[in-house]
Amino acid sequence: MRTLPEGFIIPDFGGSAAKATTTSPEPAAGGEAPAYRGPRKLALICSKGNLDMAYPGLILGNAAAGEGVEVHMFFTFWGLDIVNKKTHKNLKFTMLGNTAMHMPELGYLRTGLEHASMPQLMGQLPGMTAMATKMMKKQMADLEIPDVPEFLDLLSAAGVHMYACKLSFDMMKMIEADLHPGVEGVISAADFIEISEGAQTIFI
Amino acid sequence: MPTNTIDGHTFAVNDEGFFTNREDWSEDLAVILADLVGIEQMTEAHWAPLRFMREDSAKTGVTPTLRRMQAVGGFDVKDLFALYPGKPAKKMAYLAGLPKPVGCV
Repeated sequence: MRTLPEGFIIPDFGGSAAKATTTSPEPAAGGEAPAYRGPRKLALICSKGNLDMAYPGLILGNAAAGEGVEVHMFFTFWGLDIVNKKTHKNLKFTMLGNTAMHMPELGYLRTGLEHASMPQLMGQLPGMTAMATKMMKKQMADLEIPDVPEFLDLLSAAGVHMYACKLSFDMMKMIEADLHPGVEGVISAADFIEISEGAQTIFI
Repeated sequence: MPTNTIDGHTFAVNDEGFFTNREDWSEDLAVILADLVGIEQMTEAHWAPLRFMREDSAKTGVTPTLRRMQAVGGFDVKDLFALYPGKPAKKMAYLAGLPKPVGCV
């Protein structure tokens, strides 16, 4: 590496992690655990198995990996469905309990309708969940966002560490063969707490 | 708009340092910049994704994301991370003389 000419502007390609750790505050005195000083880490806890709740974790994990952040994802409770090969192709989206359910397309019928919350009762009609799921999948595909199985392949290729929660795994009577190959192991909550030391943690 | 000058090459950049004019780019310049981002030797494997990015963005008007490089360009994401460690999409966009990618996935 050479020294840059005067006035040369270069994007930040990852020196920031080192910078952040050298300027991080000194550990508090009085026997507290020393502050974590390694590279930036992100821990994502994915606890929901609905289609719309699977994506936030997958997208954040992928984005962070692409920024050179060390990413650890813990799939627990219903979130296990995201990494279960028997279920992850068929995650569903329901409008029930979701008051933010409105459809941009309705704006073509009458201005303002695109912001109207759809009546909850409609969500109970047979076929509504299937229809809402299909619509969401299409919207995602239109934006070139991969489906869940393919997203996991992408995360795995990007070096994201993925784990299944031991308790949920036993509770759902899962077998290891059903886990997406990107999942590194079935671990306990305490294991994940150790692994995620120093990480920024997001619970989804 | 700031401009960067290095070894006789001048190119316009934004506040962050990314190219604002793709025509300012050349392979010679890319080699010099590669050294700055920690890539000592540009191999054919390094050039292939950069060429795809330039071709693709000429058509779409936006810098492709890693996902698009995989889905449309046929590149293996794992390889791209190995070739351009840390922030592959940003490093490649920079070395291809393109703005930084804005897509989420």
